[in-house]
Amino acid sequence: MTDIHAMGLTEMAAKLQNRDLSAEDAISACLRRMEATEPDIASLLHTEGEPALERAREMDARGPDPEQPLWGVPVVIKDVLATRDVPTTCGSRMLEQFVPSYDAEAVKRLKEAGAIVVAKSNMDEFAMGSSTENSAFGRTRNPWDPERVPGGSSGGSAASTAAGQTPFSLGTDTGGSIRQPAAFCGCVGLKPTYGRVSRFGLVAYGSSLDQAGPFARSVEDTARVLQVIAGKDERDSTSSPEPVPDYVAALSERSDLRGIRLGLPEEYWGEGLESDVDSVCREALSKAEELGAELVPVSLPHSRYAIAAYYIIVMAEASSNLARYDGVRYGYRDHGEQDLIRMYFSSRSKALGREVQRRIILGTYVLSAGYYDAYYKKAAQVRRLVREDHLRALQSCDLLLAPAAPGVPFRLGEKVEDPLQMYLTDVFTNPLNLTGLPGMSLPAGLGPETGLPIGLQLFAPAFGEEKLLQVAHLLEGVLPDLPSPAGIRR
Amino acid sequence: MTISKEEVARVAHLARLEIEESDLERFAGQLTDILQYMDILNEVDTSGIDPLYSPVEHATPYREDEVRQDWSREDVLRNAPRSDGEYFLVPKVV
Repeated sequence: MTDIHAMGLTEMAAKLQNRDLSAEDAISACLRRMEATEPDIASLLHTEGEPALERAREMDARGPDPEQPLWGVPVVIKDVLATRDVPTTCGSRMLEQFVPSYDAEAVKRLKEAGAIVVAKSNMDEFAMGSSTENSAFGRTRNPWDPERVPGGSSGGSAASTAAGQTPFSLGTDTGGSIRQPAAFCGCVGLKPTYGRVSRFGLVAYGSSLDQAGPFARSVEDTARVLQVIAGKDERDSTSSPEPVPDYVAALSERSDLRGIRLGLPEEYWGEGLESDVDSVCREALSKAEELGAELVPVSLPHSRYAIAAYYIIVMAEASSNLARYDGVRYGYRDHGEQDLIRMYFSSRSKALGREVQRRIILGTYVLSAGYYDAYYKKAAQVRRLVREDHLRALQSCDLLLAPAAPGVPFRLGEKVEDPLQMYLTDVFTNPLNLTGLPGMSLPAGLGPETGLPIGLQLFAPAFGEEKLLQVAHLLEGVLPDLPSPAGIRR
Repeated sequence: MTISKEEVARVAHLARLEIEESDLERFAGQLTDILQYMDILNEVDTSGIDPLYSPVEHATPYREDEVRQDWSREDVLRNAPRSDGEYFLVPKVV
């Protein structure tokens, strides 16, 4: 039998339902795996071992419920999603003591489906970063090479799932923060369509871009999570009334890719790809062709402007969203200040990290009088052009395919001193958030030179997650299986 | 476009942030680099293009304006840095 911790969600959930595995044993196995792997990767900020075991024992006493598809399955949640009675820090000193009295809607739905939250994962502070090096509570390491970053901002969730701590985890993706770390850590990561999953309880960074989604070790496991968390929520007016299809059933509706047109945006497949990314992703393309897919060259001509537009918009939204951290109702307060305005200045300056302050200042700048039209409005106009490019390309094909990042995971510390270089690592993931369309990253294999995992991205039309998962599922079947991550010693 | 130390300090002040003197120079350099990169947008002709502020396509949903209680006072005050059990307390304003 497979080690319990190595089971995927689908297998573990089935065993739990059949009582071949108790919820307590499932949780214990994952807690042991966390203990064994945390010294190598440091992916978690807070574990809920004892409460999770208690919950599992209660559930075992009552027995499995066939109405709960995730009954007894342990899950790790990115620390930007509110968890009732469990700290939710966003990787920031500002929220170090914050304990929500409610669950984020996505978390609530997982719990209602029977999942058990065992830990909260590390992240770049307020999700601002691409390497999980910006956390106030330490860096997470890549499970394939501890000298490299796991990607970010959901690097903790990605590293945790890749290391087998739990069968799945949740992350959030504002500019690639699910897809890029999934690629860097060798797991599957899905950013649903904007509005597919409620943002209630997702601590806001860029409200028109943020979207929560799953990390898992297979496409089917990913589909099972999306099934649970997708759907309208009256507490998030941007959540969509679009009906939620049966994602899992859709996976078996196809046995090959005949009749499927896969668009290859020329802007993503040209110069500038590291050789490992180039060779692994091109190999994946030939596998797609063998399955019958037709590869179609397409162009997204405004892609080269997307990063600039993205960062202007996200910083503007961040500067406005993070104005709430004033030390009044929650979060850090400098009690030494006797004047209200001084208290605002001091609390914010002491408890927000450098990158967060940099983005707030830039966001304030682009929204300030005299610059609003030149930066913010201009960026929003370019945003529409980027979106139109994608919609046009998707008229002539079913999905678009691209590498998830131009390079392999970079070394710890390599880009921390140069924020602009760090921003540019998101070049292949940012544009999609501007459009609101769904995308996922699928492990395509290990680079022949570096031995590091490489991710292939798939983009779909709005609410096209069914086809996205369907095609990814078939590709997964012909792409190389990844071995256990090389950086995990035990 | 170059951002001076004074400009950084002025904008930081608007955002209720105070940057230490030693960091101002570094921030000014980094912000200049970033904003110069943003100038790439000037290559794009956007005349007549409607700005896109949100990808949402569905209409804003309406609901009845009914009073309901989701949280208790205790829940709401739970994370207050200072409270008297009924209100948030802040330094004296007037």
